Amino acid sequence: MHRWIAAFGGGQRLLQLLALAVLLLVILPLTLDIFRLNLLGKYLTYAFVAVGLVLCWGYGGILSLGQGIFFGVGGYCMAMFLKLESSAPEFTSIQSTPGIPDFMDWNQITELPLMWLPFHSLTLTIILMLTVPALIAFFIGFAMFKRRVGGVYFAIITQAIASIATILIVGQQGYTGGINGITDLRTLLGWDIRSDSARYILYFVCCVALIICLLIGQFVLESRFGKLLIAMRDQEDRVRFSGYDVANIKIFVFALAAVFSAIGGAMFALQVGFMSPSFVGTVASIEMVIFCAVGGRLSLIGAVYGALLVNLAKTMLSETFPQLWIVFMGALFIGVVLLFPQGLAGIYNDFVRPHLSRLFGRSQRKASEPGTGQEAQS
Amino acid sequence: MTSPILLAIEDLTVSFDGFKAVDGLNLYVERNEVRVVIGPNGAGKTTLLDLICGKTRASSGSIMFKNTELTKLAENQIVKAGVGRKFQTPSIYENLTVRENLQLSYPGGRTVFGSLFFKTTEHVTQRVCEVAADIFLEERLDVSAGLLSHGQKQWLEIGMLLIQDPELLMLDEPVAGMSVPEREATADLLRRISNNRSVIVIEHDMDFVKDIANKVTVLHQGKLLAEGKMDDVQKNEKVIEVYLGH
Repeated sequence: MHRWIAAFGGGQRLLQLLALAVLLLVILPLTLDIFRLNLLGKYLTYAFVAVGLVLCWGYGGILSLGQGIFFGVGGYCMAMFLKLESSAPEFTSIQSTPGIPDFMDWNQITELPLMWLPFHSLTLTIILMLTVPALIAFFIGFAMFKRRVGGVYFAIITQAIASIATILIVGQQGYTGGINGITDLRTLLGWDIRSDSARYILYFVCCVALIICLLIGQFVLESRFGKLLIAMRDQEDRVRFSGYDVANIKIFVFALAAVFSAIGGAMFALQVGFMSPSFVGTVASIEMVIFCAVGGRLSLIGAVYGALLVNLAKTMLSETFPQLWIVFMGALFIGVVLLFPQGLAGIYNDFVRPHLSRLFGRSQRKASEPGTGQEAQS
Repeated sequence: MTSPILLAIEDLTVSFDGFKAVDGLNLYVERNEVRVVIGPNGAGKTTLLDLICGKTRASSGSIMFKNTELTKLAENQIVKAGVGRKFQTPSIYENLTVRENLQLSYPGGRTVFGSLFFKTTEHVTQRVCEVAADIFLEERLDVSAGLLSHGQKQWLEIGMLLIQDPELLMLDEPVAGMSVPEREATADLLRRISNNRSVIVIEHDMDFVKDIANKVTVLHQGKLLAEGKMDDVQKNEKVIEVYLGH
């Protein structure tokens, strides 16, 4: 038992995770109406990306400005499956070619394209949703990291790829739904995902998936691999000359972050009911980095709160100041980086936890033993 | 019988845009030898270590380590072949503890999945403690490495190499910035660890060099200027002229 607790980050970290689980699974569903809860579920899908970025950027030092690509792949995979289901011939009999998605019909496409065929099956959809992003990340990572491209160059290249992905999706309107994306998603295996009860269930599925991702993340960070990430971020050459292949470490963590993002994207398509290129491009990708930075880039759980709070602020402020929101967002990012480089998690560690320690006395003291270092605690 | 030569460098040349940092160098290091490389700034000492450990690729020539040609191998393969290298400025993981620094350097679990499921066994813990005792840090195992003094950081990096038990250890200015007692402790450490391995040291401190060297190699402008016992080298006219001074 002790071994398992230690492998997933120790008692303190698991308690924080439990607190988050209670908040998401009990408190919020009891206090919010389904409209707000569904909105919250949408914010949580970004938390998957932020959690991946904590591993990849916060610990591994690899800043990717293209996580939207993977969010998009996950989202589009799920959306394509749902779209095919709601385009069954009996629903699309008024089209000139019944049985294909409506936007294809509008684009004079008369046959379902080959790349859409696997999305008739949910199993295949889920497999593709998890493997395609990992493969894309592998190829990007292989091409960059084996050639020792890193830092700012890597960030710029991922941003460029995100941009290319958007252009491709918008340009191939007949195959992808273009700028409007894939809309009007109705059922999952005959189950109406737009009903209130379905929204409740999808919200809970999303929360549970997120908690599983957090546990995987904690496991990775507690392992030797997690320590290697920190070591690599601080002294890449020393890791290389200690006998490790640094590129493989980077490729793996980048691919893991990509898979997390894709799960988020799929949950997004399910809960929001559409997917469009605006969640793939550079702006979306940079926003995802901001969620991570605000939450604290060294804290997996902090990233979840970061994603929730920034999106909440975004929703409220953009209703009042639609034009100014983007400026607020930029200011928030700069402010956090300058004043609170550890984000919300840093504020919690510096100001909240000392009070908690005093309240609970002994049980909390163990975590602040000397030597565990900032990394290990946040 | 195994050859007494552990490392054979022949006709090694590296040129950076026409500038030859190392130029036609021949160098042989025997087993259990402590070799000190000296020379003025820009002589190519650090470049030589870079070439051996694979950080820099040779333009031509060969580096044979036992029966392996190192110029063809990737950095991590060179480490696995048994070559350890310490950098000039202490390169340690400041955000991790001394113990974690040593554990990460322990050979094993070097692949992605190997490291994800690596178990810190009794044996690993024991090796960490042994090495920590060697490098005078057994009391500071759970201190964050960033809090160590400069000298202790140098020792820690040497310890991170020792735990890999390399057959060839290369140290780039190990006593730079150390106090006199620390230098003496380091000299003592070097004598102990050179028992069953070869060590190449780059150093400027002549007293320290005298203290530890079996043989000294003097480099100048990428070429071998002199080689031999410290006393002979110190009397060499050419060496006095370009490096040691009158």
